[in-house]
Amino acid sequence: MPTHSKTTDHDKGLQDLDQVVIRFAGDSGDGMQLTGDQFTRTTALMGNDIATFPDFPAEIRAPAGTLPGVSAFQLRFSSFDIHTPGDAPDVLVAMNPAALKVHLKELKKDGILLLNTASFSPLDLRKAKYETDPRTDGSLSGCRTIEVDLEARTQEALASSPLDNRARGRCKNMYALGILYWMFHRDVAPTEKAIAQKFGKKPELVEANLAAMRAGFAYAETTEVFQTAYRVPPAPMRAGTYRNIMGNQALCLGLVAGAQKAGLQLFLGSYPITPASDILHQLSGYKHLGVVTFQAEDEIAAVCAAIGASYAGRLGITSTSGPGIALKSEAMGLAVMAELPLIVIDVQRAGPSTGMPTKTQQADLLQVMYGRNGESPVCVLAASTPADAFEVGYEAVRIATTHMAPVVVLSDGYIANGSEPWLLPDPDKLPAIPVAFAPAGEPGVKFMPYARDPKTLARPWARPGTKGLVHRIGGLEKADVTGNICYEPENHQHMVDTRAQKIASIADDLPPLQTIGPRQGDVLVLGWGSPRGAITAATLRLQQQGLKASCAFLRHLNPLPNDLGDLMKGFRRVVLPELNKGQLAMMLRSKYLVDVQSHSQVNGQPFKSHELERHLLKVFAELGIEVRP
Amino acid sequence: MTAVDRPVMQKKDYKTDQEVRWCPGCGDYSILNAVQGAFAKLGKQLHETVIISGIGCSSRFPYYMETYGFHTIHGRAPALATGVKASNPSLDVWVVTGDGDALSIGGNHFIHAMRRNVGLKILMFNNRIYGLTKGQFSPTSEQGKVTKSSPLGTVDYPFSPIALALGAGGTFVARGVDILGPHLEDVVCRASAHAGTAVVEIYQNCNIFNDGAYKGFTDKEVRDARLLPLQHGQPLLFGANKAQGVAFDANFRPYLVTGADLGKAYVWDETAESPAPAMALATMSESEFPVPIGVFRRREKPTFEEGLQAQIAAAAAKKQESLRDLLYAGEIWDVR
Repeated sequence: MPTHSKTTDHDKGLQDLDQVVIRFAGDSGDGMQLTGDQFTRTTALMGNDIATFPDFPAEIRAPAGTLPGVSAFQLRFSSFDIHTPGDAPDVLVAMNPAALKVHLKELKKDGILLLNTASFSPLDLRKAKYETDPRTDGSLSGCRTIEVDLEARTQEALASSPLDNRARGRCKNMYALGILYWMFHRDVAPTEKAIAQKFGKKPELVEANLAAMRAGFAYAETTEVFQTAYRVPPAPMRAGTYRNIMGNQALCLGLVAGAQKAGLQLFLGSYPITPASDILHQLSGYKHLGVVTFQAEDEIAAVCAAIGASYAGRLGITSTSGPGIALKSEAMGLAVMAELPLIVIDVQRAGPSTGMPTKTQQADLLQVMYGRNGESPVCVLAASTPADAFEVGYEAVRIATTHMAPVVVLSDGYIANGSEPWLLPDPDKLPAIPVAFAPAGEPGVKFMPYARDPKTLARPWARPGTKGLVHRIGGLEKADVTGNICYEPENHQHMVDTRAQKIASIADDLPPLQTIGPRQGDVLVLGWGSPRGAITAATLRLQQQGLKASCAFLRHLNPLPNDLGDLMKGFRRVVLPELNKGQLAMMLRSKYLVDVQSHSQVNGQPFKSHELERHLLKVFAELGIEVRP
Repeated sequence: MTAVDRPVMQKKDYKTDQEVRWCPGCGDYSILNAVQGAFAKLGKQLHETVIISGIGCSSRFPYYMETYGFHTIHGRAPALATGVKASNPSLDVWVVTGDGDALSIGGNHFIHAMRRNVGLKILMFNNRIYGLTKGQFSPTSEQGKVTKSSPLGTVDYPFSPIALALGAGGTFVARGVDILGPHLEDVVCRASAHAGTAVVEIYQNCNIFNDGAYKGFTDKEVRDARLLPLQHGQPLLFGANKAQGVAFDANFRPYLVTGADLGKAYVWDETAESPAPAMALATMSESEFPVPIGVFRRREKPTFEEGLQAQIAAAAAKKQESLRDLLYAGEIWDVR
């Protein structure tokens, strides 16, 4: 162990900050997601507002030390209300040259770089496409670099561990975490508890991971390299009980809560696909709640089994990503025709085709809106933040069962894997979802499977097994009321109109749109899905500059809220940032004849709020409104 | 159950008010008749029975049965039916499909239903042609078949649906013929009694696009000589006076026996653990050997839906969790 003059914590400075953005970057086998997750949990428990952004490669283990293998986890925590995981990091933890190469350019000027120097051999540099050693060629001049040989320090710290060298070395992420815990004045207790739970069956792993973390903490505390620790006081948050939650988790909980309130057994038919698989995993763990999960032979079987479950009186759900939607399209059309409840979850990823499975995008909107044969309207909802996914899941259950119709829930990779503190709802105060199955029929009275509720236009939900309700349904056009096959021109016109009207009528129950800022002004920034955070942050900054900017977010994309048209009329410009080539903008322009300006980004990454702000300032300038630089 | 709960059923009780719209002379009529006969014999209650079909001529079947029915999309009936059976195992779930629907576009769902042993009764009408789309070759059409889409004859080799079902782990695999009503009715009854997936291949004549496909062994004059009825525990004998038999060599290659060798005819065991004898029968040449009908395989095995329900019951017995507990789980903290 190198000798360092020992200092006490008291000797070192302690500086208060109102926010910090940290990015952990390393090989996909380096445990960066776990490290980021631990820092997040600890920080949430300490009362900060927090937002996270995991960014990992599609390869499970790309060749070690190479650029495609770099996995990152960014988190931002603060003492005020935040909406995004931040743009450029204040602190970059780089576990190898490849991680440094990929992420250094984004580190803020004078930001802190914690660099693992364990693997800087010429071969390592070559794998990271460095021609010269970045430590000595001036590459690091713009940042405050702290070089630590994490491999050597971890091996030293675990000298007495029964683990072999390789397994010891794998604890180096925990050593780095320990350093950061000291730097940012974090409590190590939650991680001690979490690691004990995670590796509970292997005490030697628990011991090694915690020993590495404590050694990292002690190293930062005692060596002179680290001069200052930082403190980020808790954020003022609404009173209540919180839990840190990821989007996929929250969506599952919303669906389970909705199913329980509706008195229905939840049936998930699914086929594994990134980034939606965690929904299948999580719901598979809810067997004790009566949740049935069916890992089907393919995407088509998954949706068909869900339709079968709904037909049998369960809440049929299927979860997938864009390529899976393409496969499910025909069956979704069947659910439209059969007028059965069905929830289809699309956790969007960058396309087309296989695209970039682990990167985010919102380019499936038109696919779920129009990607079926015939006139085939479905309800489309979008989650906008990890916690919001709970409410959207719940709302999907309400609409699917109340209107006997398929509901698509759009999420995306950024929401699915990102996390934020979630103000937990009181389960007793969740709105009721009344579901009534058709009662047994009277002898001699023919059951009418397509008789409709006059308000919702929903047909009865007649479960097989119920006496007196035998009937036939299917994908062929049918006569209204009787459900018999019917090719009459007037009937087909009527049924197409009715199915459209049934979806349109969903808008009649929606609450008025909320805006951040006045309902009139110069620029309305509209958003849907995951750009919500970046749009909110950018709009608030414009408002602070005295500009008349407001923003609003659409949870319901089909049908659109009834008051959207009027809202847009109150502004000189409507700007719609979305992670596609302008899909919702196109829908709004065609429906409302409003000159909605699309702001498009399709690079697989979320919007950065500062870039969005710059764009919006340009919009104000175009309107002739003076903006201060 | 009292008689009031389960009234005696008659064939006509299963007829619907819908006009049957298969071509006159289609084999589907006799299959419908046999199924209605079997259902009446078994006393199947209308509301407990669900018939699910895909797309094709055969898939119109649910409209003609006064039970619950779902005419779904091409090839997907077994997948949809799996969702129904898994959701409510007490329902009697039947799948009606065809050679194109089950073996071509829906091949994946067909094999996976058998792999899981879902309690579905699958009636696969095999006419060796695409009828609804007016006469293209199907995955069971014989090689060289001239159709609208194969004017020079097909290059494709056909599936043996029975061999496919055996290979996929089917626990009940049988074959019937449209025009052999009583035999078919019996096979349908036996399929119904089976707990897991039951697959019945039904040779069905399409008199418009593939007339006489099975004529060579099902016509009255040749039937006795050309069909091999499988009977559990009985030797594989056929012919007018049961004067011929089928035996297997050590490698389960079939050969014909007569006269003094008749005693070598293989004694059929539909419950045999090894699928080898059934596979040998399913794949032997139609021109050199008689065509087997009846039950090829019948094995007891826990069903998918039983396993699913058992897991749920066990999990629920082990852990109770309120919605509040579920939401307020993990690391939570209070802000005042």
